[in-house]
Amino acid sequence: MQIAMSVNGEEHTRDIEARLLLVHFLRDTLGLTGTHWGCDTSNCGTCVVLMDSEPVKSCTVLAATASGHEIRTVEGLEVDGVLDPIQQGFMEEHGLQCGFCTPGMMLTARALLDRNPDPSTDEIREAISGQICRCTGYATIVRSIRWAAQHSQAQDSKQEVMA
Amino acid sequence: MQVPAPFEYERATSVDHALELLQRLGPDARLLAGGHSLLPMMKLRLATPEHLVYINDLAAELGYIQEADGEVRIGAMTRHRELLESELLARRLPIFIDAERVIADPVVRNRGTIGGALCQADPAEDLSAVCAAVGAQLVIKGLDGERVVDMHEFHRGPYETAVADGEMLVEIRIALHASEGSAYEKVERRVGDWAVAAAAVAVSCSNGIVERAGIALTAVGADVTSAEAEASLEGKPPSEDLFAEAARLAAAASKPVSDQRGSAEYKRAAVQELTQRALRRATERALRGEA
Repeated sequence: MQIAMSVNGEEHTRDIEARLLLVHFLRDTLGLTGTHWGCDTSNCGTCVVLMDSEPVKSCTVLAATASGHEIRTVEGLEVDGVLDPIQQGFMEEHGLQCGFCTPGMMLTARALLDRNPDPSTDEIREAISGQICRCTGYATIVRSIRWAAQHSQAQDSKQEVMA
Repeated sequence: MQVPAPFEYERATSVDHALELLQRLGPDARLLAGGHSLLPMMKLRLATPEHLVYINDLAAELGYIQEADGEVRIGAMTRHRELLESELLARRLPIFIDAERVIADPVVRNRGTIGGALCQADPAEDLSAVCAAVGAQLVIKGLDGERVVDMHEFHRGPYETAVADGEMLVEIRIALHASEGSAYEKVERRVGDWAVAAAAVAVSCSNGIVERAGIALTAVGADVTSAEAEASLEGKPPSEDLFAEAARLAAAASKPVSDQRGSAEYKRAAVQELTQRALRRATERALRGEA
């Protein structure tokens, strides 16, 4: 069957088998291996991508059902060489060790800040509660997302002042 | 790698279109809503439908929570997240908020739907007990029209419901009672896991006595509702002793099995305590509403 979706702002049209999962479409068909493939049972959350700005576990979404929607993966966070504040935050606060859970964590964090630009530590912990970090780096992940929240706001107000 | 067996895929654009597709494709067709119950089963090859009818585009038509004519009506495509964030449910049926807080995790709740959860009828699924406790009526639609059933008729057993081939669940209706309180209590091994055991309770009080009680248990092999425990409450003034006895009756009538989530004895003890806590909290909420 034919599907068409926008991935990180780029339109893709492909012929696929109906049973192809979104995670494999992104990784194997489009070669976007930044989205990781973990537990296969919608428990670990490393495969989280944004579908119409909402985090979804791409191992439990058919590529066919994502057709017609806008997908954003970790490759779409950085724009023209400028890191998203979330990526910068993970760097500043050491939000990753092995990096396996990182793409999913960062996209859930992006969606959280889009809805709630100044989340509390508890709200952050709740938002990432469907995702597992086996390096047990949760404290630094939460700090990374706080860093991004603080610095996005600082950036916004700077832009306002300049405008 | 877990991949579903091959199937043909159709995308429905309206309820009538979905029903026509189900009729045409026959008994080997299944509806796919949020996909967070059916797809995992298909990946494990526990479900092998030949046709999937994707109904996500019906989210606008079947995604709503409204109060009308003394009842709350919830569209079958309403997502877990929408239930959790509903101000109407928080005010009138807080049992839904209690349950939704502990159903899977926020990302899964973005996709999963109430209709999908009820129709999958997993024995450890939470909303079946919630709907049973509050006396929900389920609206099932086919090409020939609609029929309305209660949870006793709807829930035929694990993974089995009254929804026949060519039909779909479209709405859940819950009659509102004066001075009603409801609550859900669950034990899970870790955040986002299925219930080890859980208890759903709805109580309405009048002049200081329990007028109606609904009790339903999750994951412990209980009947759709715990009739004996419910009867032990009705017509009596609420008290800790009354709750303890009702909880004992509910747990005694359950038939949990030992598995990786705990032994049968542990689950029975847990569900007794959870029932008592849910009764206490539901009654507090009912009496607060009465004041």
